[in-house]
Amino acid sequence: MKHAAMAIALVAVLFVLNGLFSGTLVAGVSISPYILQVMCLAGINIILAVSLNLINGFTGQFSIGHAGFMAIGAYSSAFVTVTFGDRIRAGLSFLPAFAQDGALLLIGLAVGALLAAIAGFLVGVPSLRLRGDYLAIVTLGFGEIIRVWILNIDAVGGARGYSGIPKLANFFWIYLFAAFSILVVYRVVHSSFGRTLIAIREDEIAAEAMGVDTTRSKVISFVVSSSLAGVGGGLFGHYLMYVHTNSFTFIKSIEIIIMIVIGGLGSITGSVLGAVLYITLTEGLRQFSEYRMVCFSLLLIIIMIVRPQGILGHREFLSYFRRPRRLDAATPPAIET
Amino acid sequence: MTTFLQQLMNGLSLGSIYALIALGYTMVYGVLRLINFAHGDVYMVGAYVGYYLSRMMQGKEPSLAAAFLVMVASMVACAILGIIIERLAYRPVRRASRLTLLITAIGVSLFLENAGQLVFGPDPKFFPSLAPHAEYVVAGVRITSEQLTVIGVSFLLMILLRLFIQKTRTGKAMRAVSFNLDAAKLMGISTDWIIGVTFALGSALAAAAGVLIGMQIPKIDPLMGIMYGLKAFVAAVLGGIGNVPGAVLGGLLIGTSEVMVVGYLSSTYRDAIAFGILILVLLLRPQGILGRVTKEKV
Repeated sequence: MKHAAMAIALVAVLFVLNGLFSGTLVAGVSISPYILQVMCLAGINIILAVSLNLINGFTGQFSIGHAGFMAIGAYSSAFVTVTFGDRIRAGLSFLPAFAQDGALLLIGLAVGALLAAIAGFLVGVPSLRLRGDYLAIVTLGFGEIIRVWILNIDAVGGARGYSGIPKLANFFWIYLFAAFSILVVYRVVHSSFGRTLIAIREDEIAAEAMGVDTTRSKVISFVVSSSLAGVGGGLFGHYLMYVHTNSFTFIKSIEIIIMIVIGGLGSITGSVLGAVLYITLTEGLRQFSEYRMVCFSLLLIIIMIVRPQGILGHREFLSYFRRPRRLDAATPPAIET
Repeated sequence: MTTFLQQLMNGLSLGSIYALIALGYTMVYGVLRLINFAHGDVYMVGAYVGYYLSRMMQGKEPSLAAAFLVMVASMVACAILGIIIERLAYRPVRRASRLTLLITAIGVSLFLENAGQLVFGPDPKFFPSLAPHAEYVVAGVRITSEQLTVIGVSFLLMILLRLFIQKTRTGKAMRAVSFNLDAAKLMGISTDWIIGVTFALGSALAAAAGVLIGMQIPKIDPLMGIMYGLKAFVAAVLGGIGNVPGAVLGGLLIGTSEVMVVGYLSSTYRDAIAFGILILVLLLRPQGILGRVTKEKV
């Protein structure tokens, strides 16, 4: 009951905020479209960062191919809504227009997530048997292969990019799915399965010796992570109404890595913080755009040298405010003299 | 047949470039177990140093001596750059986890790419011709003097490297460090010095590759290091990472197969072929063609 109430409250809050921001709820009340767009892109980045953190931060497997899965989600969901959009709408004609939009988006995202998950499985099974650095390069390679492959499919525009995607995603849907990804990753990490992931991160050989099927755990975590990336990509396409493979180069993957490294590998709130911080800094430093990436790269190196665990480290944001648990409860109080 | 030979020739000259860059990857991996992501960008810097030096020499007749001078100067500059990178970025995190090392390397790579765009300008530059141009036709195959220079110089450098590693004291110390860093340290080898030398040598070879590519394909830009670097890395893995002759073999194989794919299939798959090869290698023979199997121990 409590969870259902929280979910309804979240939907209501997002709905009201969406209305307020876009100016459809109260006449004359809105925020600038630029700020709204930055906030929406931040939401998509949250989805990508949180999902990448599952594999990079919690499972300790360094993947640099997230943009590839994002591309699969973006293209396949856009393909569904563009090609079958009219037919799906006709089938749902008993619903009001906004519900049709929502249902269409959900169907598109579901297809995108499914295909990204399948791709994640196909990529993950062979490559997750590798360790460390090799995995990084192989995922990078797969990400690029996916991109080149999409670039050669003429049905989705090829090198021209894919245009004419209906604008189905907005602030409401993006943040709804951001909350959904956070929930999914949180539940995965705090399950007994999540413990096996953390065991793999801490010491893969020891985890294997303890009876963890490491490859299976890694693949599942990779599939979940990729399908969420697919959702992020789908929202990206349906928000900007245009996708091009140039948006999904490995530079994009590295951007997501910068977000989670800044925020803290293995911290969900850290990735949210990192994603928001990254987009705030990139937008805020727009007039110094040529120095921007130089600063980010230096920041990355300096963080690795002075605080390799990122801003929040392995811990969650709130844990810094809780009092440390008393471990000495069993010891008798000291005798006062 | 002539087409095939022509492609083979083009593949060999591209492959020698990959081989030169791959040597740097494999040597650094040998001593530090680090994929030096920034290596491809050092190669880019090498090409730019060569570009600016040859612009200074403009007006003079293109001659082999000038080309030689430019190449040596660029190699020295990049050797210094390699030592600086190692000293400032990698040494502080050397004892940290490999993930930290990897992210640092990505950071250095991003830094060089973006600083390069800032300093050299983001638009491509055209490399002035350094050496006199000539063309030879052997059995219907067109061979340019640039291709001959590329192949000749690369092989000369590789032989020199081989001699250095096998015959000198420093080379012996390098082999010891790559065999076991801690044991080498206990034997009184100054590992910091050896790691520095390794970075210097690798970076110098990358710079040579940068100047050579400038002579062959005279268009250079600040992001050129990414793809060449990745493919050279694939070459190092294909030959067996940490293995010097393997890197050369891998480079030639990658270069040739890339040219063949472009020639016989489609140029859009140019960048995908190397990764396809990488994935196959890692699945079928993860230690590479010449590599030895190492078991991970606790």
